[in-house]
Amino acid sequence: MRVTIRLFARLREIAGAAELERDVPPDATLAGIWEQLAAEFPAMAPYRDSISAAVNADYARMTARVSEGDEVAFLPPVSGG
Amino acid sequence: MQVPPFAIVSGPLSLDALHAAIARRVETPGAIVHFLGIVRGRNMGRTVRFLEYEAYETLAVKAFARIEDEARELWADARLGIHHRVGRVAVGEASIAIVAAAPHRAEAYAASRYAIERVKQIAPIWKHEHFDGGEVWVEGASARPDDEEARAEARRRACA
Repeated sequence: MRVTIRLFARLREIAGAAELERDVPPDATLAGIWEQLAAEFPAMAPYRDSISAAVNADYARMTARVSEGDEVAFLPPVSGG
Repeated sequence: MQVPPFAIVSGPLSLDALHAAIARRVETPGAIVHFLGIVRGRNMGRTVRFLEYEAYETLAVKAFARIEDEARELWADARLGIHHRVGRVAVGEASIAIVAAAPHRAEAYAASRYAIERVKQIAPIWKHEHFDGGEVWVEGASARPDDEEARAEARRRACA
C-alpha cells in the first residue's frame, strides 16, 4: 500500500524533499516505515531514538499501524518558542 | 480583524488581535497576561543573524489546543491564545505570542508560563538558526505529548 511521508527540518534536508510517496507492507507500523526510510537515507538513522511520529496529523506511537493513503510524519526534536 | 486563538502565522504577530480573540472567550477575566518570545541577537556564544522557523501546521494548531486543555485542567477558568511565526524572523522580532486570560492574576501568569513551556516541549515547530559563520537546526525536546514527567516539569515552572 502507498502512504505519504512528511518530513521536517533536518530530516527534510536529508531526504531532499518535504514529502515522499512510498510503498510499504500492508501491515506496516510506524517503526517499520521509519526503518525503511532510514535504510534509504542512512543519515537519518541517528535520529531513531529522538524522533516523534504522527499519522494524519495526530501524534502516534511507533507501534501504531498505518492504512493505505495515510499521511505519516516523522518529527526531529522540536525547538519552537 | 478576527483571528483564531491558535495559529501558525507567516507575517508579524499582533498581540492586539490575539487579545481581542481571547478576551471574548472568558466571561469575566480579571487578568490577561501578554507574552512575546523575541529572537535574541546572541545564542550559545553565537551572533545570530536571523531565524527561520518551520512547522507542521495542522499538528501544531492541535498541539496549541491541547496545551489549553491541559492548562484548563490546572486552572479551570483560564483561556489561552497562541500564535507562532514561521519563515524568516529577524533579531528583535517576536516568534511567538501568548495571551492568557483568567479570573485572577495568579492563574493568568501561571497559564501563560505553562503554555510557553509546553510549546517548547510538544509543538511541532523547528528553528533554523543563521548565525555569523554558519547555520544550524536547533533540536530541543523529543515531542512526547503523553510524557507525564515533562508535563509535571512545565507545571512546576508555571507555579515557581
